Parts: sequence; C-alpha cells; structure tokens
Amino acid sequence: MTYFLQQGLNALQLGSIYALIALGYTMVYGILSMINFAHGDFFMVGAFICFVVVTFMGLPFVPAMILSIIGVSLLGVIVERAAYKPLRQAPRVSAIITALGVGIFLENFTLALSPYPKHIPAIIENTSWTFGGLTISSLQVIIILLSLALMTVLHFIVQHTRVGMAMRAISWDKNVVPLMGVPVNNVISITFAIGSGLGGAAGMMYGMAYPIIDPYMGIIVGWKAFIAAVVGGIGNIRGAVIGGYILGATEIMVAAFFPSTYRDFTAFSLLLILLIVRPYGIMGKPRPQKV
Amino acid sequence: MKARLWPIILIAAGFILSFAIPYFGLLDLYVQMILIYICINIILALSLNLINGYMGEFSVGHAGFMSAGAYISAIITVKCLSSASAAWLFPFAVIAGGVGAALLGLIVAIPSFRTRGDYLAIVTLAFNMIIKSVLENIDAVGGARGFLGMDKLTTLPVAFFWTLITIWVIRNFIYSNYGRGVLSIREDEIASDLMSVNTKQVKLLAFVISSFFAGVAGGLFAHLLQFINPRMFDIIKSTDILIMVYLGGIGSIAGSILGATVYTLLLEILRPLEIWRMVIMPLILIFLMLFRPRGIMGLKELTWFVPVLDRINSNRGVKGIRKWFS
Repeated sequence: MTYFLQQGLNALQLGSIYALIALGYTMVYGILSMINFAHGDFFMVGAFICFVVVTFMGLPFVPAMILSIIGVSLLGVIVERAAYKPLRQAPRVSAIITALGVGIFLENFTLALSPYPKHIPAIIENTSWTFGGLTISSLQVIIILLSLALMTVLHFIVQHTRVGMAMRAISWDKNVVPLMGVPVNNVISITFAIGSGLGGAAGMMYGMAYPIIDPYMGIIVGWKAFIAAVVGGIGNIRGAVIGGYILGATEIMVAAFFPSTYRDFTAFSLLLILLIVRPYGIMGKPRPQKV
Repeated sequence: MKARLWPIILIAAGFILSFAIPYFGLLDLYVQMILIYICINIILALSLNLINGYMGEFSVGHAGFMSAGAYISAIITVKCLSSASAAWLFPFAVIAGGVGAALLGLIVAIPSFRTRGDYLAIVTLAFNMIIKSVLENIDAVGGARGFLGMDKLTTLPVAFFWTLITIWVIRNFIYSNYGRGVLSIREDEIASDLMSVNTKQVKLLAFVISSFFAGVAGGLFAHLLQFINPRMFDIIKSTDILIMVYLGGIGSIAGSILGATVYTLLLEILRPLEIWRMVIMPLILIFLMLFRPRGIMGLKELTWFVPVLDRINSNRGVKGIRKWFS
C-alpha cells in the first residue's frame, strides 16, 4: 500500500509536468486550430535556460524559474510572429510542417551549442519527510504545488480577465470576433506567450526532477503531452490537465508493477482504448458534422 | 503518341543506367548509396501521400509500418533462408514484409472509420510508439540492441524497380474508381457517403496499399543498411517522411518524387556543415513553406502521371481541391 502511495506521488509529479505542457498545446489549438509541434522543444529550451542561468550565473531557484518562463515565452512569441503568422491563411498542413521545422531547428541549434547531455545542479535543498513509510521529498512538493498554482493562475486569466475573455471569444468564432474590435494578433501572441511559458516552467521542473537534460528530450515528452491533450479533448483546458495526470499515472503505475520496458506499450494501448471509447477525448464535445 | 513514348524511353534508360552504374562503377559507392536512399524515400513519400495527400487524413506514424516491413523481411532472409537462396528470394521477402505491414495497416484503418483529423493522428502516433515498444521487448529480434546479419541485397536496380512498381500501382489506384473514392473522402466524407461511395472499403484499401509500400521500403532499407534497430523507426523518422510529402506538395505523384529527392539531396549536400547541417535544413524548410505554402509542386501534377483520358478534364478537379485547402 505504501509502495502504491509512493508511486502515486511520483505519478502526481510526472502528471503535473505533462499537464503543464499539454496546456500549451491545447491553448494554441483552441485559439488557432493549429497543432504547435514545436511545443515539446519549447519545453526543452526551458530546461536549457534553467541550466545556463543556474550553472553560469549561479542564480537560485525563483529567479531561474522566472527567467526560464520569460525566455521561453519570448521564444514562443517570436516563433509565432516569424513562422506561423504568415501562414495563417495558408492550408493547415503548411503550418504544421513549419512547426515541425521549427522544432527540428530548435533541437539541432541547441545540439550544436551543447553537444553533450548536461546536468542541472541541485538548486533547492532536497529534504525529505517520512510519514509511516511514505517518503515525500521537498522537490516533489514544490513541483506539484507550483504546477497547481500555475494552473490556477491560468484558470484565473482565462476565466476572469479581459484577455481571457478575448481568447475564449476567438476560440468560439474566429471570423466575427475581429469585427468586434478585439485585437486578434495581440491576443494570439499573448496565448503563445502563456502557453510557451507554461512549457518552459515544465521544462525547468523536469530538469530538476530528472537532472540529465539533452536537446532531444523534448520530442518524446512533447508528443506524449500532445497525446495527453488529445485524450483530454484538445482545445479544452481542463481536459489537458486531466489528460496529463491520466498519462502520468498510467506511465508510473505500469513501470511500478510491470517491467519498465512495457511502460510505453501499455500506456499507449490504454490511451488508444480510451480514444476508441470516447473518440473526442474526455472533456471534448463531438462537433456535429454538417454537409 | 509522343507523350506516351517519352516515359517508356525514360524508364528504359533508367533501368539501363541502374544496371550500368554499379556494374561499370560509373559513380562511387557513396553516390550510389544516396541514389538508393532517394528511391526508398520516394516509395515512402508516395505511400504516405496516398493517406495524407489524396485521402486528406493526417497519419503521423508511417515509420511504424516501415519497421514492420523491415523486421519481417530481415527475419525471413536471415533466419529462414540460406545466404545463397536469400539473394534469389529477396523480392519475396520484401513482399512478405509489405504484406505484414499491410495487415497492421488494416488494424490502423479500423479506428479511422470513427475518427478523423487530430484524433486519427493520435491513433497513428500511438501505433508508431507501440510497435517500437513491442520490438524493443522481443528478445528474439535483438530487442533494443537491434537486428543484424542481413546481406546487402538492396542494389540500385532493385531499388529502382520497386520505385517504379510503387509509382505504377499508386498512380493506377488514384485514377481507378477506388481512387476517385479516396479523393471524394478528402473533399467531403459525408457527401461521398451519400453518393454511395463505400467509404469504409475505400479507407481500408488506401491504408492497406499505403502500409504495404511502407513495408516494402522498410525491407529495402533493412537490406541496404544491414542493421536495424527499433529506434531507427521512431517518430523522428515519421516526421522525415511527412516533411518529404508536404515539401513536394500533397496530392501529387510528381510532388512526392520531387520532395523525396530534394530532401534527401539537400541533407547530403549540407553534410560538410556537420553539426550545423540540421540547423540549416529546417530553416530552408521553413522559408520554403513561407514562400510556397503548398509545397514545391503545389497540387499540380506532371502530365505523364495523368492517364490520357483524364488529361482533357485535368482542370475539373482543381476547383474542388482549392475549396478543401482554403
């Protein structure tokens, strides 16, 4: 039982990271109907910014975190303006291919700058508490609580601010909203900034939890988070969070009770079955098809 | 008449060249290897184009089919055949790999009856990861360490021959009755259903043909490299194939050929840049997409690939395609 609870805690930790990345996918999709395949690499850049500021500037946890978030947000906005905006009227697939290109560029640019995997030094003192056999480390607590805090902030922004209202309006109807005087381009940029920033935060937390980072780490984690977003119902913010935690829990539990090489196989098979039962994701609503 | 003669002359010349180049050593081995790679990539791009370009689905797990073909054909030539007979029976091993991949395509096609778009993308993506994970767990084929022992059976004539077969089959399929069904699914699935297109059958067929040729490409690939491991067929490989298809222009055979050729060549030309190669390459891709969002061919088809009877009406379908793109 303790073992199970212990693994549950690990699942919460991994699930939080997946959920944060999945939020970035889902926000961009909700507003642009576009899958930002470079998002996994934004996550990787977040981890590397954290590495740079911690190793070379010796910054403590909070400034490093803020710098990671700001850096990745800026990257997201620049990529959106330079690579995605000119293609907004083009076929959807061109934007997807451009996104794949941006992803490959980011991976290999980072690789060219740092050819070897890097190790992020521990920046927070890792104390652990034991409650009746259950060990909780301070890192786990920080990751889980911080993710929940970021999600709450996101919820507040989307539901209770003018920008959030504009986002919801654009995802509701892209053609009418600009006529109402909503500055669509600015709102899209802000969406990208927030989504990428969450990805950057996730990258940093991932780098602290699993300290070896390399330029290709964003690919698999990114695709998995994308799967989490779709399982939750892509475009749906609550769905992304739920999907992230489901994926995290499946992965950890499979690895805990079966040989760990079965992890990906079982996790993805379960997700496939889930999608066959609910083809539009957990929180997604089936859109009526019109002729 | 003239228009019909030229392709035949070109095919014959291609065949003669493909035999002559290795026989007389006209080009060095490195260039020959690149030519074979181009052939394999053309097969891959064409087969993916059938699903993503002509049928308008978004399949992102094509390397999964490729790995099935690679492993099955490699197991046949290494474990079931002696080295001497393997050389003669290699085409059958490749076909067996293709059939194995096609069976998997059948399984992936079934979810496509219910879902489209991003959800089908997930199904194919998960399929790719599942098959990689399965291969890593089977110790008999080397698990994560990989599988080796194949002879180098993929030569230039073999690769060229399979490329021709692929072009021929896919071109004939596209302009057959079923192929028009595939196009109608892309334009509007419900409408084509109402017009009594058997959408399930058409989807099944398209997936089976597409995965068959992906498996064939995998078989050729395995016997070119003489070593395969599951990591070669992961999502990065699938992304490569996607890029080739969209770079050339979807829904166009000439586009896929061009896309695969340009992409493979560019990667080789940029090789002197070493580590910066894969930095420059995506930049070129991004700029190409910004200036030609529909790929190099941009929906156009080379007249050679259009059957004579369809050439007269060649503008007929274009309006519908434009509608789908906007």
